[in-house]
Amino acid sequence: MSVVRVRNLERHFTRKGVLNGVDLDIAEGEFVALLGRSGSGKSTLLRALAGLDHEARGSGLIEVPDDLAVVFQDARLLPWKTVLDNVVFGLDGPDAATRARTALAEVELNGREASWPYELSGGEQQRVALARALVREPRLLLADEPFGALDALTKIRMHTLLRHLSAIHRPAVLLVTHDVEEAIALAGRVIVLDHGKVAHEERIILPDDGEERAVRSLEIRKKLLVQLGVETTS
Amino acid sequence: MTAQRLSPPPALRYGWLAGPLFLLAYWAAASAVGLIDNRILPSPWVAISTGADLVRDGRLPINLLISLLRAAEGFVLGAVVGIALALLSGLSRAGDYFVDGIAQVKRAVPAVALIPFFILWFGVDEGMKIMVIAIGAFTPVYLHTHTALRAIDIRYVELAETLRIGYWRFVRHIVLPGALPGMMLGLRFGVMAALLGLVVVEEVNATSGIGYMIDLARTYAQSDIMLVGLVTYVVIGVIADQTLLRIERKVLSWRRTLVA
Repeated sequence: MSVVRVRNLERHFTRKGVLNGVDLDIAEGEFVALLGRSGSGKSTLLRALAGLDHEARGSGLIEVPDDLAVVFQDARLLPWKTVLDNVVFGLDGPDAATRARTALAEVELNGREASWPYELSGGEQQRVALARALVREPRLLLADEPFGALDALTKIRMHTLLRHLSAIHRPAVLLVTHDVEEAIALAGRVIVLDHGKVAHEERIILPDDGEERAVRSLEIRKKLLVQLGVETTS
Repeated sequence: MTAQRLSPPPALRYGWLAGPLFLLAYWAAASAVGLIDNRILPSPWVAISTGADLVRDGRLPINLLISLLRAAEGFVLGAVVGIALALLSGLSRAGDYFVDGIAQVKRAVPAVALIPFFILWFGVDEGMKIMVIAIGAFTPVYLHTHTALRAIDIRYVELAETLRIGYWRFVRHIVLPGALPGMMLGLRFGVMAALLGLVVVEEVNATSGIGYMIDLARTYAQSDIMLVGLVTYVVIGVIADQTLLRIERKVLSWRRTLVA
């Protein structure tokens, strides 16, 4: 059963086609990374799935679940709400605050509930954004370069956290990124978008053994970089 | 070798008092040696003793109370209407088309220029005075609130859309708190405009208030009373602004800029 079904999706902005016939399926609980150069249309695709492209013209079929959540590149916390209220925002039910507290504990931010967003570091803010997304138990999590603005060390910690949390909550994930290592580290399948079309698909199956794993990762990395036009086959 | 410091050193806490204190000292010294004629500008101690007399005989308190009430009534009226119309035009397109055009035209008309018409419509008494103050306060409150409502960050709009919250929840949790800093700024400008309006209308056929006190004193060339009235206006202005600043700090405690 797929959670996401996209058929022949097209989007145009003034003359230039941004998406030129994209097909995409994401299965229940599947982690898909969407790679592409800037201008390849990967963010446009994510915004189309999130339903944020009111003004865009285009055609095609999009089927996404109602209960989806989005994590943006900036944490997008409301500065006038405390950390806890940011997570609670939009939740209903008498146990909303309790659920939000649990979600904050999951991203290791218990004790920061009463802080204002500006008092948090960039990584911490992004963790709050992750908690806000996951507290809704979405069937689909859309993430638009969520770690793009973070430093390298924070990024690695966030990868571990996201892998851990998606294993617990099992949402289908579509992660838009330009970071090949990030895609390989997190996703079960990587899709390369080029000129508004799916140019390449790669299943990421890594052996458990450390050394073999590293070798396989490098092979995949090289292959993906070729697809992205960064490295030649030689 | 350390680099030459090019930015000014950090400001001292009460450093800004230097200029006013210097001016005060000059005024006192010049009055003492007779450099400033007492009929032109009374000395600080004369002003203080006149002020004390005016307080004792009740003229200052009663006129101050009347002026304050006048300014407060006008300001509240202007601010309430300003915020209400800004919400109307800021939140709906139809409201925008109808209200904002009129408000922008009003913006070009100084409140004081309306006094002749207001006298015609509301008479020369309190009604006219309060309306002039109100319309003066209205303009900045409306403009800043409207601009703030229209300038809501698109990123937060997108967030609200993905959270699937309804329109009114969006207004309450995102639009209104987001517009609050702009509204507070408008209120502070509004207070200043209200005080300006107060000063002007109290010169027009007033029979009470600080302005009347000043005008009466001018007739008898009592420059010390005039000075006390002027200082009273200044004190009202500073207290009103500080009060709003305090409220702003409290309401907008989430802003880093105000913490620093």
